[in-house]
Amino acid sequence: MNSHDKPMPRPNDPLGPDWVLVKPIVQSNPRFWFVVGVLLAGIALGATAYIHQVRTGLGVTGMNRPVYWGIYIINFVFFIGISHAGTLISAILRLANAEWRRAITRSAEVITVMVIVFGVSNVIFDLGRPDRAVFVLTHGRLQSPLLWDVCSISVYLTCSTIYLYLPLIPDIAILRDQANRRRWLYRILALGWQGTPRQYRILEKGIGVLMVIVIPIAVSVHTVVSFVFAMTLQPMWHAAIFGPYFVVGAIFSGIAALIIAMAIIRWAYHLEGYLKQIHFNYLGILLLVMTLLWFYFTFAEYLTTWYGAEPVHMAVWWSKFSGRYAPQFWAMFCCCFVIPFVILSRRQTRTVAGTVVASIFITIGMWLERFVIVVPTVSNPRLPLDRGFYHPTWVEWSVLLGCFCFFILLYVLFTRFFPIVSIWEIQEGRMNATRELTERAQAYLPDPPPHEAPVHGSGIPAPATGRGLA
Amino acid sequence: MARWGMVIDLNRCTACQGCITACHQENNVPPSNPRLAGQNRSIRWIDMMPMYEGEYPHTAMSLLPMMCQHCEHPPCIKVCPVGATFFSEEEGIVGQVYSRCIGCRYCTNACPYTVRQFNWFEPDVPPTYPQGTNPDVSVRYKGIVEKCTFCNHRLMHARDTARADNRNLLPGEFVPACVEACPTKAMVFGDLEDPQSEVAKQARSKRAFRLMEDLGTEPKVYYLREGRGQ
Repeated sequence: MNSHDKPMPRPNDPLGPDWVLVKPIVQSNPRFWFVVGVLLAGIALGATAYIHQVRTGLGVTGMNRPVYWGIYIINFVFFIGISHAGTLISAILRLANAEWRRAITRSAEVITVMVIVFGVSNVIFDLGRPDRAVFVLTHGRLQSPLLWDVCSISVYLTCSTIYLYLPLIPDIAILRDQANRRRWLYRILALGWQGTPRQYRILEKGIGVLMVIVIPIAVSVHTVVSFVFAMTLQPMWHAAIFGPYFVVGAIFSGIAALIIAMAIIRWAYHLEGYLKQIHFNYLGILLLVMTLLWFYFTFAEYLTTWYGAEPVHMAVWWSKFSGRYAPQFWAMFCCCFVIPFVILSRRQTRTVAGTVVASIFITIGMWLERFVIVVPTVSNPRLPLDRGFYHPTWVEWSVLLGCFCFFILLYVLFTRFFPIVSIWEIQEGRMNATRELTERAQAYLPDPPPHEAPVHGSGIPAPATGRGLA
Repeated sequence: MARWGMVIDLNRCTACQGCITACHQENNVPPSNPRLAGQNRSIRWIDMMPMYEGEYPHTAMSLLPMMCQHCEHPPCIKVCPVGATFFSEEEGIVGQVYSRCIGCRYCTNACPYTVRQFNWFEPDVPPTYPQGTNPDVSVRYKGIVEKCTFCNHRLMHARDTARADNRNLLPGEFVPACVEACPTKAMVFGDLEDPQSEVAKQARSKRAFRLMEDLGTEPKVYYLREGRGQ
């Protein structure tokens, strides 16, 4: 291969200015190995903790009687929630034909696929007998909400993986033709993509179908995650609001995670020209909407419980408001509502830095929200037989750290194998977006009165209906 | 078909906890230790639950021997993802399959009575009794859920004996260890479906109540309130 050490694009390189998008893939970077080293250390710590737990038993965690669920289940809900960043946001933006989506969809979709794995693995970490996890498939009972999770999440993982892969194909073909390494891999994955109009038509149709079906699947995923709690009789779990409440929370934390990921990519790979201020501003507005929705749902849930004032529910309610879990509850409220609302509602602070700060608080706040949902209820059962308190141990914190590191590692590896900003969609936008937007805007305008309409053709074009690469 | 159930007369119960000891012996429930107790992780299939009534200064506390209530509509069974816990339609007993349980603890959280127990560690079985004190009951291992089975192994024994003698099970032939051990005969066990049985008679008493009947779980453990008559 004569192109093996091609350091820079040829002058007539078809990528032109977008060369910066494949730079992380074709050029080594010592910083990358440093990051990988740090992440591997975190993963090793998590793995050590987990092996210790498998050998000794779940007693090494902070769980006890009656707090049978702790950080692992919180992580499960949290990570599955984060996964809504991707596919759902990207599908909604594509469906809405939002032009500004082009640079951000890929980074969102990658979050989904990578983070689901950690949602699922946290359920395995929670099992007393992880070696029997396969029983869920071989002896599964559909009556159990956990089986609904298994079905829904596996469908979601499959769909969002395909949904990530399809728009990746033209970019893989670019790499197959341009990259100086791993060409064999790209040749296989590109599936013989030549960029013919027919191939584009098929691709566009595939993406179009997937983005529609992926939305109800994503909604179903977090709904059945909430059903794991809502289907039991336990105080403050047994609530009809849980389905939509969890979906809103999932999208909320998902957007926050997406903003953080985008900011890191932007900084690490110098993509300021692609992930621009305006993207963060728009996502910040979306995040603000979700902040308000989150507050609305939280308010509705807690007010209903308080007004009904059933003693078993109030025991949990007070433990959150002023009891032993009050620090977590009020920290959650500040992180999920007060701080993001103040930052995001003002245009001056809805900057890259501002949205990132808000997103970090939201991510922490949403983790705490899951804590506040799971732990106080199990700590305050109906009968006074047991009362418990939950102090997570180093094992659980290490596993959480390990999960984060592993997730970031997978994400970083993805950016070293595939372009994290969709090249072909950017190019397509450059070529067509201005024209399409003009046509669309004209199509929205009222038609001219018939008597003024010119007889043969005019300056007014036909309404644009095509999406993507028409 | 039988509906095995229990009545516990709180007038007679002295809270001596003999039932707890008997249960530990009979079912190889691992002995607790200060560390486990401090961590709230001791396993007890039957336990004393304090129940407070009234308002200060007119308060009363009763101690209820509390075990799996063997609900007719058990919330724990619905949620099990692998069928490790089951309801025997024939006997009305809620059972647990140790070799199937994956240890997800969904059932322990779904149980409104919180009477299901989890093995946080490998049980501390005395080396002199590696099989436990009772060879009829399997010794559990770490990572699975266990609970009161109404001494199901005794039922199987009694039924086998009856079948060998070609007769039906006699009343009183099958009683759990806790009932057998109760020195004040506060616990009565038998078939609730047989209207002549002692347990069915007592369950119809005016003092009888079940825990959290409003949840619709229909427990088969009845308590007789302290005091006379009403």
